[in-house]
Amino acid sequence: MTYDVLIVGGGITGCMTAYRLSGYKLRVALAEAADDVAMGATKANSAIVHAGYDAVPGTLKAKFNVAGCAEMPELARLLDVPYKNCGSLVCAFSEEEMPVLQELIERGEKNGVPGLEIVSGERAREIEPTLSDNVYAALWAPTAGIVCPYELCIAAGEVAAQNGCDFYFDFPVERIKMAEGRLVAVSHGREIAARFVVNAAGVYAAELARASGEEDFPVDIIPRRGEYALLDKGKGPRVRRVVFACPSERGKGILVSPTVDGNVIVGPNAHRVDSGDDTSVTSEGLEEVFAGGKKLVPGVSSRDMITSFAGVRATPSTGDFYVKPSERIPGLLHLVGIESPGLASSPALSHAAVKLLGEMGLALEENPDAKMTRPPKIRFRLLRASEKNELIKRDPSYGRIVCRCETITEGEILDAIRRPLGARDLDMVKRRVRAGMGRCQGGFCSPRVAEILSKELGIPLGDVTKKGRGSEIVPRDSESDGELGG
Amino acid sequence: MADTPTINKKIIVIGGGPAGLAAALEAHRSGIEPDEILIIERDKELGGILNQCIHAGFGLHFFGEELTGPEYSGRFIEMVKEAGIGYLTGAMALGVSADREVTFVSPETGYVTAKAGAIVLAMGCRERTRGAIGIPGTRPQGVFTAGTAQRYVNIEGILPGRRIVILGSGDIGLIMARRLTLEGAKVLCVCEIMPYSSGLARNIAQCLNDFGIPLYLSHTVTEIRGKNRVEGVVISQVDENRKPIPGTERYIECDTLLLSVGLIPENELSRAAGVQLDDVTGGPIVDQYLQTSIPGVFACGNVLQVHDLVDYVTREAFSAGRSAANYVLGKAGLYDGARVIPTLPGEGLRYVVPQRIVIPENEPVGEVHLFYRSTATYRDVKVVVSAGGEVLRTLRRKIVTPGEMENCILTAEITEKLRAGAGELRVDIVRE
Ligand SMILES: Cc1cc2nc3c(=O)[nH]c(=O)nc-3n(C[C@H](O)[C@H](O)[C@H](O)COP(=O)(O)OP(=O)(O)OC[C@H]3O[C@@H](n4cnc5c(N)ncnc54)[C@H](O)[C@@H]3O)c2cc1C
Ligand SMILES: Cc1cc2nc3c(=O)[nH]c(=O)nc-3n(C[C@H](O)[C@H](O)[C@H](O)COP(=O)(O)OP(=O)(O)OC[C@H]3O[C@@H](n4cnc5c(N)ncnc54)[C@H](O)[C@@H]3O)c2cc1C
Repeated sequence: MTYDVLIVGGGITGCMTAYRLSGYKLRVALAEAADDVAMGATKANSAIVHAGYDAVPGTLKAKFNVAGCAEMPELARLLDVPYKNCGSLVCAFSEEEMPVLQELIERGEKNGVPGLEIVSGERAREIEPTLSDNVYAALWAPTAGIVCPYELCIAAGEVAAQNGCDFYFDFPVERIKMAEGRLVAVSHGREIAARFVVNAAGVYAAELARASGEEDFPVDIIPRRGEYALLDKGKGPRVRRVVFACPSERGKGILVSPTVDGNVIVGPNAHRVDSGDDTSVTSEGLEEVFAGGKKLVPGVSSRDMITSFAGVRATPSTGDFYVKPSERIPGLLHLVGIESPGLASSPALSHAAVKLLGEMGLALEENPDAKMTRPPKIRFRLLRASEKNELIKRDPSYGRIVCRCETITEGEILDAIRRPLGARDLDMVKRRVRAGMGRCQGGFCSPRVAEILSKELGIPLGDVTKKGRGSEIVPRDSESDGELGG
Repeated sequence: MADTPTINKKIIVIGGGPAGLAAALEAHRSGIEPDEILIIERDKELGGILNQCIHAGFGLHFFGEELTGPEYSGRFIEMVKEAGIGYLTGAMALGVSADREVTFVSPETGYVTAKAGAIVLAMGCRERTRGAIGIPGTRPQGVFTAGTAQRYVNIEGILPGRRIVILGSGDIGLIMARRLTLEGAKVLCVCEIMPYSSGLARNIAQCLNDFGIPLYLSHTVTEIRGKNRVEGVVISQVDENRKPIPGTERYIECDTLLLSVGLIPENELSRAAGVQLDDVTGGPIVDQYLQTSIPGVFACGNVLQVHDLVDYVTREAFSAGRSAANYVLGKAGLYDGARVIPTLPGEGLRYVVPQRIVIPENEPVGEVHLFYRSTATYRDVKVVVSAGGEVLRTLRRKIVTPGEMENCILTAEITEKLRAGAGELRVDIVRE
């Protein structure tokens, strides 16, 4: 069978494009190297819907960021994903840094960002009381927001799947080849054919282009790791706005921000790494992160850290997103170098991708049967008492709390397993319903979630994985593959 | 909230582990009708953490014989059932308020608010995790807390690792070293960041030495490696300030890292209710009746302070249950003492529980049972309890270690002396 479109990469770029395409009468597929969507940069970033004053006027970054930021609230509503319009502050610590704020506000105005304002340190501390006394002035951007990035991606993927998009997991595409007027994605002997292919392979996108025969592909991807610390809810300062320092040539720098779930996140630093997979965290990195965070919000402390993680930026050598049809391979569309603000840009970037595919010859006929909203998720902890009781009467599994820190019920976990793109391992459950994301980090619930997964999937408990093949609870014996050594 | 079903109970006990069970029993024995008591337990069964501790070594002090964990808690579960004391399992307490309302949820009852005459907090403790101690590296499968591993092995019957490094020499870690070895796994070593073990001496002997498992003191894990599964860990020696010493790194190939790096009293509910907590113990600040800063709210067991021996948990819980009953029965005068004397950890001690002693106006102060832990290991010392310069009690100790909680009883006769004296009570370790 030949698909109309195959998307390579199930990050926010790929999934949002799949979501858009699933509204048309098309056969769409998505191939992802990992065992779930949102496994690359999309699951480990600052989660900020930037207002759009950072990007240089005239760039794709600027255009997509501002439009994406404007669309995000409505999109988050359609996809039932937590989003908060909390605003952001870029802080200057002295008169010397004022030109930076001035430049940002000018860029922002050119980019069409509404409501920007340079405020005094005092006013900044009214907007964000946890801010350091040393903040001299700040750029206030009221349209900035925060979103749950992996949930946004999972939701977009889920709706695409619900509209008939096929997902191929554990399918690392080695190259795209041309064959009889079609394109074929090859992965270790397996193939998927399509008329059009979208390259949304994140940090590996340039590599994929080259492996497919574009030796002279004009963009290099430089993997740059950013490390984060996540702080406990209800401890330390209650930061409500996104707080940045002035950007430098190394990027936007370390920030302090609330998350949509009520935690505080501190990070990221920026260091070049050899591999796009290197998401390890170092102790020097965490020290750097806390030092940077403390400068902005003195109350942040490593004592309140409940976990740390890292993401790898797909920094393009050209400085801007590369969104163009291939010059060599007809039918191949590149969405490459999607570093920050790739998340904020995703609503607009995906519109642009669809439009380009149309220009490349894809027939775009809207499908009246497609549903562009996600069936709402039950979030037990947010219901009113009477709603809780009605729900438990209807389905007692909502009366059984499995994750004590985040108050997640068995019913919610079952739903996450049974939905399209349902959870099949512990981390997938965690990203979908937050079981295991709280202060005890799964110490309490992971054996219980594993038990539920084992029952639902019909596999022995020891075979339940944390993150796909090779991460079983009972380690696989390399020789006997699964047989317990006696 | 008008739309929540509401029930009334004289005493609500949160947590059905050894502490909760004993508190409920004693409250009943002190005159509360069994159906006026409700134990709320989130697990499928009563018994608490002991249900997964299938090794022997419980109840030596209390029953005078060595029982396994389930046998020990089983005896109390029997007594609770025989007495007809009310309990719910599979029920999670989600909130406690300062006016003694408990909200809880279970599949059978739905989401319920219960008004209580008195509350006993007995939620136990949880294990500290990797995130909380910030071990760098990757985040693969195969990093478990010792308690989680214990649950997998003892309850689910699966072996979650073959080549294992254990970080932390707490009792659960030591016991798991033995258990996993007996199940056929290879425990490569136990690393302890402190220069001493926080576990009981008998466990080091019986769980490590008997199996030839090395214990590396002043060592910690400085990196975890592996993509999907742990492939190895780097261990390093640490200096006096617990900072890794560069150049001492050693890579150990393993598929599992077990963490036994401390227990945290589970006080989210207490904190939300406004109960004052002790930064050192992580538990509520209580007086000799085990009453917290909120009148009518009591605490016992691991939620109050992390215990090594369940026998003391039971004793502490009896006391809390009795106090809760007295409170409900209107003997509240006991607790509205005119004067409160703080108990202070002096030289060589980390903490003392109870943190305060109430001097009731028209009643004797009564017997007070003090619990404390030392800051380091001391040999041939005296533990001196004093008030306003006057020595109330002296105990000679061959050895005092942070791993073993110490205790001492002040008789009613001694505590009466506090009435006249001024100031505070303190406990010091004094070298001979
Ligand atoms: C530290 C950091 C902070 C950031 N902060 C923000 C922010 O606050 N706001 C914001 O807007 N943006 C931010 N970003 C940027 C944002 O996270 C990214 O732009 C966005 O997630 C990119 O999505 P993507 O789908 O292009 O890439 P990814 O999420 O990396 O997805 C690519 C996917 O492709 C898969 N893949 C790769 N190669 C292949 C192959 N050959 N075959 C099949 N599948 C393949 C990968 O497994 C992966 O799932 C940040 C990024 C980082 C790293
Ligand atoms: C692994 C391990 C090994 C030990 N080994 C020994 C030994 O060899 N010898 C010995 O004498 N002692 C030993 N101890 C010590 C002793 O067993 C414990 O101190 C004792 O079990 C503590 O009892 P507890 O009731 O305070 O806590 P727990 O037994 O932890 O009980 C607390 C209960 O409260 C419930 N709960 C918590 N929060 C809620 C809520 N919100 N709603 C409803 N229910 C809730 C929990 O599910 C749990 O059942 C060991 C302890 C551990 C952890």
